[in-house]
Amino acid sequence: MNRTFSRRRDRLLVYRSMRENKLSSTRRTKCPECGEESADLEWERGLQVCPRCAFHSPIGAYYRLSTILDPGSFQELEEKLVPADPLAFPGYPAKVAGLAESTGLSDAAVAALGRVEDHRAVFVVLDSRFLMGSMGTAVGEKVTRAVEHAEKKKLPLVIFSASGGARMQEGIFSLMQMAKTAAAIQRFQSRGGLYISCFTHPTTGGVTASFASLGDVILAEPGALIGFAGPRVIEQTIGEKLPEGFQRAEYLLDHGFLDQIVPRDQWRAVLAQLLALHEKGGRT
Amino acid sequence: MSRYTPEEKVKLARHPDRPGTADFIQALFTDFFEQRGDRLCREDGSILGGIARFHGRPVTVVGHRKGRSLEENLVCNFGMPGPEGYRKAQRLMRQAEKFGRPIITFVDTPGAYPGTEAEERGQGEAIAQCLALMSALTVPVIAVVTGEGGSGGALALAVANRVLMLEHAVYSVLSPEGFASILWKDSSRAGEACSVMKLTAQDLRRGGIVQGVLREPEGGAHTDWEAVFRTVDAALVKELAALDKLKGPALAKQRYDMFRAMGQDLPLAREEEP
Repeated sequence: MNRTFSRRRDRLLVYRSMRENKLSSTRRTKCPECGEESADLEWERGLQVCPRCAFHSPIGAYYRLSTILDPGSFQELEEKLVPADPLAFPGYPAKVAGLAESTGLSDAAVAALGRVEDHRAVFVVLDSRFLMGSMGTAVGEKVTRAVEHAEKKKLPLVIFSASGGARMQEGIFSLMQMAKTAAAIQRFQSRGGLYISCFTHPTTGGVTASFASLGDVILAEPGALIGFAGPRVIEQTIGEKLPEGFQRAEYLLDHGFLDQIVPRDQWRAVLAQLLALHEKGGRT
Repeated sequence: MSRYTPEEKVKLARHPDRPGTADFIQALFTDFFEQRGDRLCREDGSILGGIARFHGRPVTVVGHRKGRSLEENLVCNFGMPGPEGYRKAQRLMRQAEKFGRPIITFVDTPGAYPGTEAEERGQGEAIAQCLALMSALTVPVIAVVTGEGGSGGALALAVANRVLMLEHAVYSVLSPEGFASILWKDSSRAGEACSVMKLTAQDLRRGGIVQGVLREPEGGAHTDWEAVFRTVDAALVKELAALDKLKGPALAKQRYDMFRAMGQDLPLAREEEP
């Protein structure tokens, strides 16, 4: 039943993006991972997972929410939060203005109230198109307010991370967002809140070292790069190439840092199951 | 106050003869009992911690240790902890919470170690757990940034009720070299990075990130250790007395509210009107 429904929904999504992006059945896109070309239609049908090698290509925050939430249940939270410029960093305001224009985002995070198979939750999704999903003051504030909203409404919290870490352009204020978000999560959890953290490709630095690693349940997409230090920094430090698969989701699973790896088309089912399992008294 | 440029301060903060955590512990505390190991994997020399008396009162003290000689540097990994160090710190702080001891931390690290084993054992998770744990402690926590406060590896010991900084210490989102390398793809522009990063104690005091700046002797902390010890001791006595007036939950709340407010009320990133 749910499976049928979700297939139909996926198909609808394809049609919608065909309409909106003039997706043509003949255009082909090369996979950055395996180098093979596939038709855009196939990419779209697979929710931007490579039809050849199953590479989970990064996707935007609104798009991800559209693949997970029940249709019509999306209600955006705190959409007006915009980046601060505490260092008066040269070129930063122009940069974020340009990105806001091209992506339609106010910063690298989208927060929303929504439902997954009728289970309500608060969602935050980071978007790597906006300065690599880095966390400055607006992202930190949005995550924190989303946590507070979940706490106030006694709702579970689901966060999808994709981030290069603390945002350099906002300096020490970005660093402090790590403490702020971790503290908010800690308080939320100590009061009984359920927090499901979902790592997507790539998540490193200050986001890995704060809220993303604090989930009651921690999940990741296949192949996602997850770490504290980025691979290039590590290679420079140790002076050698890193082994294949290092810092990938499968590696973290092996080392005990993930509960499960979830393919992109399974998020709805997995989240619905977890949300149901945490409802008071279970579902009857 | 600003006899030195930010770049010069970075040099002073990294001065090899600057007093480190081990020196502060020896000078300011009595009866120090070192506690080693994270009880999970191994001992990490880059974090030094234990129980000691501060003016007669038992406290838990934890800090980054860089080591002074080359052999010490190697044991301490130049003050760059792995997850084991952060998990040891968590263990010590949990005990402090259990026994009602105030916690005093000394922050002096280039950053958490970016190595394969550190990643394998969950560097990010270890730091995140430090932040979460410290945010909810119901004992007084005072952090003193004594040298380099580098990135998340420094913050992991600095979620405190009061964050104090020596006058020429620095504290930043990343090392100036790393900052220049990420933003300009050129780590040789670190000097330029120093001047835009607002990483000096004075800048951070203005930004509400630290609550007190502690005077250093003319020429920097390495020129007169005794003077530095007196200053830090007096500041710790004063702050601890102030925090003693707060009950446990109020201490956790004060700390939470202080970090909750960081990054609010800043100038927005708006383009200049043409």
